[in-house]
Amino acid sequence: MLVYILKRLGTGVITIWFIATATFTGMHMVPGDPLTTERGMTDNIRENLERQYGLDKPVIEQYFLYMGNMLQGDFGLSFTEENRRVNDIIRESFPVSATLGVLSLFFATMGGILWGALTAIYRNRLPDIIIMFLVVLGISVPSFVLAGLSQFLILNLNQTMGRSILPVAGWGGFEYMLIPSLVLGLSTMAYLTRLMRSSMLEIANSDFIRTAKSKGLSTQRIFISHQLRNAILPVITVLGPSIAIITTGSFVVEIVFAIPGLGRYFVQAVAQLDYTVIMGTTVFFGSFLVLMVILVDIIYGFIDPRIRVQAAK
Amino acid sequence: MQDSSLSSYSPKPADFIPLTKQLDKHGISRPSLSYWQDAWIRLKKNKRAISSLYLIIGLLAFTLIGPLLWSINPNLQDLDAISQGPSFSKQALIVETPANWGGVTIDNFPSQPSPNFSGLLSSTEQIEIVGQATTQYVRLSWQPVEGASAYLIYRNDHIPESPEDLGLPLGQTLAGNQVSFEDRLQLNAQAYYYTIIATDGFNEASTFTTQQVDLTLAISARQADLRNIDVEVGATVSLPGHPFGTDYLGRDMLARTMYGARVSLFIGIIAPFIFVLFGTLYGGLAGYLGGSMDNYMMRVADFVIALPFLLFMILFKVSFGIGPGENGIIPMMLALILLAWPGTARVVRGQVLLIREADYIQAARLLGANTFYLLYRHIIPNAMGPILVTLTFAVPMAIFTEAFLSFIGMGVAPPTASWGSMSNQGIRNMLSSPHELFFPALFISITVLAFNLLGDGLRDALDTRMRGNE
Repeated sequence: MLVYILKRLGTGVITIWFIATATFTGMHMVPGDPLTTERGMTDNIRENLERQYGLDKPVIEQYFLYMGNMLQGDFGLSFTEENRRVNDIIRESFPVSATLGVLSLFFATMGGILWGALTAIYRNRLPDIIIMFLVVLGISVPSFVLAGLSQFLILNLNQTMGRSILPVAGWGGFEYMLIPSLVLGLSTMAYLTRLMRSSMLEIANSDFIRTAKSKGLSTQRIFISHQLRNAILPVITVLGPSIAIITTGSFVVEIVFAIPGLGRYFVQAVAQLDYTVIMGTTVFFGSFLVLMVILVDIIYGFIDPRIRVQAAK
Repeated sequence: MQDSSLSSYSPKPADFIPLTKQLDKHGISRPSLSYWQDAWIRLKKNKRAISSLYLIIGLLAFTLIGPLLWSINPNLQDLDAISQGPSFSKQALIVETPANWGGVTIDNFPSQPSPNFSGLLSSTEQIEIVGQATTQYVRLSWQPVEGASAYLIYRNDHIPESPEDLGLPLGQTLAGNQVSFEDRLQLNAQAYYYTIIATDGFNEASTFTTQQVDLTLAISARQADLRNIDVEVGATVSLPGHPFGTDYLGRDMLARTMYGARVSLFIGIIAPFIFVLFGTLYGGLAGYLGGSMDNYMMRVADFVIALPFLLFMILFKVSFGIGPGENGIIPMMLALILLAWPGTARVVRGQVLLIREADYIQAARLLGANTFYLLYRHIIPNAMGPILVTLTFAVPMAIFTEAFLSFIGMGVAPPTASWGSMSNQGIRNMLSSPHELFFPALFISITVLAFNLLGDGLRDALDTRMRGNE
């Protein structure tokens, strides 16, 4: 098991290096540099600025310099926000994105398992049909439309009630997080519901359920400790990719709801070609994702003995 | 024929005639079907998948044939009709292009009240409409009021009930003998109530006169020229309506939705086609070669999968750049292809690895089949099902990605319409004119829904191993 984890971590490090290099290459392919967007400046000032940010060196040297700094955990200075370190930007905005992500992942998983189990119980009856219709809708409607729609509904709700029940946008306490995280988690919830449903139905036909029935166990007992427990396994496998989908998908929600998260910084940085912020956010984000996927795989190994045996080989 | 008493049955000669041989008695009861025929039959049974297929054909017709029937320029701006709700064709008058109107000034009336005037200001006796009141302009003139140094003009959409209820203040004249006003401010074809109040510079008159004016829808000769309407001034033409309304620049939303479908479906269908093809070749090669080559090739694919997708979509899209006059479709497609191929490569490699070891391949090899024959006759057809399913599911993904990029303003460049960029504009005006968000969002959702359902149907029909439990 330890060898497996170490191996995974080693691959992870190489992956992060690949992400950093790809970002660096892509970024330097964009015509212009961060200083071209600056208002009028003399050649002297430009030279000084280039020296300060190290832009006067050849690109290869910049690359190795940057990689060296990054290994020491230093993402450098932001170009557009004067005297702000990228580390500080990440430290401020990542908790916001992470809170949003964790909350919506929670909604998505809980909702997915609950609805999936419900549809399997009421297979081909009215609740199943209604929920599956909503699921198809949840997969087909883009999240920015959902976000806009929910803002519209909140606004109408506040107007009819005559007072502010839920904030329309912004960031603060739990009331600010509720709707954005629901919107963010909805498509994943729909996907997990489908997965849970088919997994439940597959398990319902398996031999051990038949054995449990013939032993005379009660329906609840079979449902909870045999069917549900085994059906959750596939849902856990897709948690890794789900984290990736939810965290990257948070861009839209952050933009529509005006939430000061990482996604917003990234989009701004690309628009202004802020080299260090682009690098910092991408590398940080990529490492986070890689780590999450590895973590989920390891957890899965602990939960499902079949995987553990394969991994140990 | 069962007789009640079998014992009483007496054999007849006819019982001993030999039966005619029935050759097909144990034959196949239905014609043998190829894999694709069988899949097609299964797909046809799936009502949802078939209706989605019709829906997709309808969408293609909408974007390809639609512009032929609805020949309105999607980029034509009409600032007289911004953010209008859905409407149908209307009759409009063609009037002269509005020019500066000299107005009406009464020469033998003092421009300023004489200092010894000490009466109360009265209201003007009557308001006349000069010319025809149209949505291009409304020209009013009125009788001068003694003692006035200026007149205030208000416009309301209902009859004013009190001096506080006069509506929109439009402006005021500069002298007591200037008794006309021209209104060109966002006029709609409806009834307006214009109110004139005289003022002496310090006090307003306590009474006012209101005139109802019914406006006729009209377009100016210049606008008619822009729309290629070749009719004389004064004639009435029927203007095409806007079944989907107009956007914030007065562009026709139906035409824009059609052209936007072109961008969205082009990216949504061509890009997946290319990256699925590339992924198939890559994964097929890796799977067929096997061994360490396979290992290295798939490691590369794993790296590309690990890239945060949307971040790199934005980065690559920007780094491929948009030249002047380009619409940004090609960079977006390139970025999409560059990032999305490994998913297919993985699926295809898995398939090829499975098929390679199958018994019928061994048998074919024993019979002397060469590599090309094996690939062409056995491996590719057998892997085709999963590839097709991947392709169908890649389409909604690509459409979502395009819409997302355009939504955050990094997709197609204006004025090119795409469903994403239209939604982006629509969400800003959502509260005042919801139709601007509704139509593009509806089309994105319908398209994605149709492809998802078709993908489900195809998966059930084509691939027995991946078959869902529905």
